[in-house]
Amino acid sequence: MNLTEKYDLDVVKWFAIMASVYLVVGTLLGVYIAFELAFPFLNDLGTDLPYFQFGRLRPLHTNAVIFAFGGSALMASAFYIVQRTNQTRLWSNKMAWFTFWSWNTVIVLAVITLPLGLTQSKEYAELEWPIDILITLSWATYLYNFIMTIHIRDRNKVPHVYVANWFFMGMMVMVTYLHVVNNLSIPVSAFKSYSIFSGVQDAMIQWWWGHNAVGFFLTAGFLGIMYYFVPKQAQRPVYSYRLSVIHFWALMFGYVWLGAHHLQYTALPDWAGSLGATISLAMIIPSWGGALNGILTLSGAWDRLREDYILRFLIMSLAFYAMSTFEGPVMAAKTVNALSHYTDWTIGHVHSGALGWNIMVAAGAMYHMIEKIYNVKMSQKLLGIHFWVHTIGTVVYIVAMWISGIMQGLMWRAYDEYGTLAYTFAESVSAMHPYYVMRAAGGALVLVGAIIMLINIVTTIRRSGAGQTANA
Amino acid sequence: MANKNVRESLQVKLEKNIFGMYLFMALSVSLAGIVEIVPLFTNPEAIKDEVIATDGSTKSLLWLRSEGQALSDWKPGDGVRPLTALELAGRDIYQREGCYLCHSQMIRPFRDEKERYGHFSLAVESKYDHPFQWGSKRTGPDLARVGGKYSDEWHILHLRHPQAVVPESVMPKYRFLESALVDGKTIATHMSGLSKVGVPYTQADITQAPATVEGKSEMDAMVAYLQSLGNMIKFENGVTYRE
Repeated sequence: MNLTEKYDLDVVKWFAIMASVYLVVGTLLGVYIAFELAFPFLNDLGTDLPYFQFGRLRPLHTNAVIFAFGGSALMASAFYIVQRTNQTRLWSNKMAWFTFWSWNTVIVLAVITLPLGLTQSKEYAELEWPIDILITLSWATYLYNFIMTIHIRDRNKVPHVYVANWFFMGMMVMVTYLHVVNNLSIPVSAFKSYSIFSGVQDAMIQWWWGHNAVGFFLTAGFLGIMYYFVPKQAQRPVYSYRLSVIHFWALMFGYVWLGAHHLQYTALPDWAGSLGATISLAMIIPSWGGALNGILTLSGAWDRLREDYILRFLIMSLAFYAMSTFEGPVMAAKTVNALSHYTDWTIGHVHSGALGWNIMVAAGAMYHMIEKIYNVKMSQKLLGIHFWVHTIGTVVYIVAMWISGIMQGLMWRAYDEYGTLAYTFAESVSAMHPYYVMRAAGGALVLVGAIIMLINIVTTIRRSGAGQTANA
Repeated sequence: MANKNVRESLQVKLEKNIFGMYLFMALSVSLAGIVEIVPLFTNPEAIKDEVIATDGSTKSLLWLRSEGQALSDWKPGDGVRPLTALELAGRDIYQREGCYLCHSQMIRPFRDEKERYGHFSLAVESKYDHPFQWGSKRTGPDLARVGGKYSDEWHILHLRHPQAVVPESVMPKYRFLESALVDGKTIATHMSGLSKVGVPYTQADITQAPATVEGKSEMDAMVAYLQSLGNMIKFENGVTYRE
């Protein structure tokens, strides 16, 4: 029987297609605001309009990449994986479509409201309260449908729930908590509200959300993607079951503590920041546990990397994941944090995760799913170009931000021979210019890669049109 | 497996029982939040609002407002107070324009930050900030104590065309603030919303709000907000503000 007859894959297909569309949108916005920092006249292009200024577009960029692209990629893969690993159709195909339409409505509303300046001004939680309610509904149906699909599996065929599902579920549980608590606010009009928390309490709750949006949405969920597609594409079982159990529970328990490391040396009580930093250092063990478990799945089959570009995406993503989960604990260490906080280094760190890990593993997953669902081969040439353009763009971006971030940190604290501050703030801004240009160029390469991916997916699907009807 | 007389490990049981696993996950992700967040609400030291002055007396860092006093009766150094209607309108614009994305409002206790920006920030200074505006990035300088550092005229010139005042600046231009007026009724609604979540506005503050912002532009509001930042507490030598 054909895969598309055995499972509910239409919704998966559309989430995957939308994810690749949103990747183009999100990276385009990112490139534009990167150029704004290098060439500020781009903020208003001679008009008096605020809609394209950095302050309005930056939240749209982060929301587009994290929630539109990342969210769609997570939903596509979760609905695919849960069916395949539990050998059952979705508990409710209708509900999955509700998730699809509500999630996409959220994205459309974000595109409208954020440039208009309707924002809660909490990073990655900018969307105003009516949209937050819609997100909650959409997310709840996603969670419920996912768990019920596992629940209705045939226990004789599939007694144990596969590890990828645990990671998805962990993400769904935690993101529900985070989203609901962090967005508690008092509405004062249809699109304006104030957080019910203030000052230091609000800061702690915001970064509890902020870091775990990374830790669960962009890490646990994407590890779920990794745990299915790496073994599938490599056609080998996961390297170690035991390691996956250990690093799963370590991640579930440990990641949640890290938010406080964003607030070291602030007015947050010192013990909280230090606790966050200490557990951040310990987190390198579960993080590398996951990276190694993925990479070593390939042991004995390394030669596959030579001809399989999809596998290259997946394995390269794990290399970046290992790199940025090493960098994270280093930046959380107090002495390093004193220098790196408030600088571009943080931006570089986020992008080594987002570009290197999230986009690459999701691209690998989506290429794999499109090939399976449509029963065709992607254009290998375009895959190869995307891989290299994306990898080079990512490296250029990260290197630019390392230099500018560390330079900023050093310039701000530099003293001259008379014991006075060596540089004005403005001097540090102008010193960043070449690296802001370099970063924008790196981002532009990533955008080119995203466009190539969209072209490859669309043309492959169109090419498959005849093949699929013949198959069915 | 059970009939082989081997006890199933908890992990194996959870892998077979998805609802059990859900429960364990929900518990294991909850602990950190409880340990790190709850004390900020229960321990008054987290937002210390009084200090011991040099003469041994206890001094409040909050403005102790007497009955009948208006927000305009506050003098610099009297202590942390809610923003006036015009300043709040400015803060709304600060949020709307995403200023927090490039400017922090949180000075850390380092020598260079003290010289560049002023005394390190205290938790009590953002007690009435819903939501907090500490920021996470300094593409531009920290603004926690920018109040009083420049004249109103400087701020207007700078907001109109930042590069005219600071040639290296990468900040966008905010000329459009000059042509928009602050709406008094909206600000009154915002103040009454904030009073529901703990900002001590009186009924009089709210009713008088529309009159105090009458005819003011968004530019006036923005400048008023910037000038309010960081000078509510008068810092004195020899007083411990933070352990």
